[in-house]
Amino acid sequence: MVQDSRPAGAAGEEMQLEARGFSFWYGTTQALEEVDLAVPKRKVTALIGPSGCGKSTFLRSVNRMNDLIPNVRHEGDLVLDGESVYRPDQDVVLLRRRVGMVFQKSNPFPKSIFDNVAYGPRVNRLVQGRAALEALVEESLRRAALWEEVRDRLGENALGLSGGQQQRLCIARALAVSPEVLLMDEPASALDPIATQKIEELIHELKSEYTIVIVTHNMQQAARVSDRTAFFYLGRLVEVGNTEEIFTAPREEQTEAYITGRFG
Amino acid sequence: MRARGAPDAGRYALRRRLLSSFMLALTGVASVIVLVPLLLIFYHLISAGAGALNLDFFIRLPAPVGETGGGMANAFLGTVLLVALAGAIGVPVAIAAGVFLAEERHSRLARLVRFVADVMNGIPSVVVGIFVWAWIVVWMGRFSLLAGSVALAVILIPMVARTTEEMIRLVPRELREGGRALGFTRWRTTFGIILPAARAGILTGVLVALARVAGETAPLLFTAFGNPFFEWRLNEPVASLPLLIYQYAISPYDDWHRQAWAASLVLIGFVLVLSLVSRLVVKSPYRG
Repeated sequence: MVQDSRPAGAAGEEMQLEARGFSFWYGTTQALEEVDLAVPKRKVTALIGPSGCGKSTFLRSVNRMNDLIPNVRHEGDLVLDGESVYRPDQDVVLLRRRVGMVFQKSNPFPKSIFDNVAYGPRVNRLVQGRAALEALVEESLRRAALWEEVRDRLGENALGLSGGQQQRLCIARALAVSPEVLLMDEPASALDPIATQKIEELIHELKSEYTIVIVTHNMQQAARVSDRTAFFYLGRLVEVGNTEEIFTAPREEQTEAYITGRFG
Repeated sequence: MRARGAPDAGRYALRRRLLSSFMLALTGVASVIVLVPLLLIFYHLISAGAGALNLDFFIRLPAPVGETGGGMANAFLGTVLLVALAGAIGVPVAIAAGVFLAEERHSRLARLVRFVADVMNGIPSVVVGIFVWAWIVVWMGRFSLLAGSVALAVILIPMVARTTEEMIRLVPRELREGGRALGFTRWRTTFGIILPAARAGILTGVLVALARVAGETAPLLFTAFGNPFFEWRLNEPVASLPLLIYQYAISPYDDWHRQAWAASLVLIGFVLVLSLVSRLVVKSPYRG
């Protein structure tokens, strides 16, 4: 299998997440084959590749969302901050608080804008008292670049927001439980270009504090937002490296064929 | 519209338009056929029963046999109590069962419960009455409000359980994933996110089921039994509108016949109001 042999930028850079020979099966169908991938801290890593290549499976393995699917199994390991995500005493609730997720289709809860952001901290008892909760909601909405648009209507139903606003609300919701890693599964694929641009700008700002892994079908987007790019094909990690190199001088022929649009 | 293309395109266009109009007219006629019985029922109830509607009808007890006048206040109270109690017993059980059916949809128990619920939905309500008579009336040694409510609850539970299941299944999968991805337990996600999202639909199902059992007569015949006086104790027989309508309708007195029509009108009005309320609820889906 291809090793992640290139240095990820500066030497001695801290890794947030490492996949070590990670394989994954849905029933008898193998979706990932011995993936070795290191995700650097406070950088944006883009996962690209044609549909069905395993990039979403990889993403959903990190916060163990795949656990919700029956008959799945894995081999190898995913290591988050030096500890296995799959170790037997792993608290999945804590794991998912540390690893937030944003979905392809925005999925705000059928509650008010305020409650969408406040629900996670409330359930996980992250803050004490109304004032602290309000402060946390405001901070999360500010970080998601949504505060100015919704500050006067926090009590309104979140489903009344536009698609782009809903997606940023979902990002705010994920940020409210103070994650270290943010997984984004094609977060802008259902949005118009302007809303997409806002999400991309947001990703750019968020990476100073969060490690971001983003799955995208949009090559330009990967090139714009990410520091590192990993190309998946047929469940294998074909190539990973600094985004600039991947898009200008890929080592593998398959990578070049994909990014130049010859297949996929 | 101007015909284009082949020379005889115009003729085809005409045929298409005629066929379309014809089919549209057919569906219109069918809709009218659906409406006619309802309108006839209303017309009949109003013409025969509206005359007997007055304040006495709502606040007084039935007059003794042979005298005219009196009202059905005992039956109004009885029906309200029966329906409320049936709802209090049945709705929590039904919603919980519906949640189970939706959550554990492929488990053996869920399949069994779903099958039984569907069978129950098809059981004639008089059979439910006999069942409750055999289990509760015989056990208590008397007809009672409790027995009548249980009979109605037995009819209501499978209806509401299945509606709840369907409504929960309509909630997008992404919403569940959103909850789980925030670290919520399955329990929290279901009751905190999924159930509220399905709330409007479930509420509609509950109202429709309540309206349906409010009009049930057969299961009350040998459970609630009927009572010429006000009664609100659980272990006493209680009057109800459908039962009183039945008793008055088969009586030989014209005055009672008029009152039976009036009671039918009120009962239909009650069902109509419940339906309208459920419509209003549906108009505001996903209210958090």
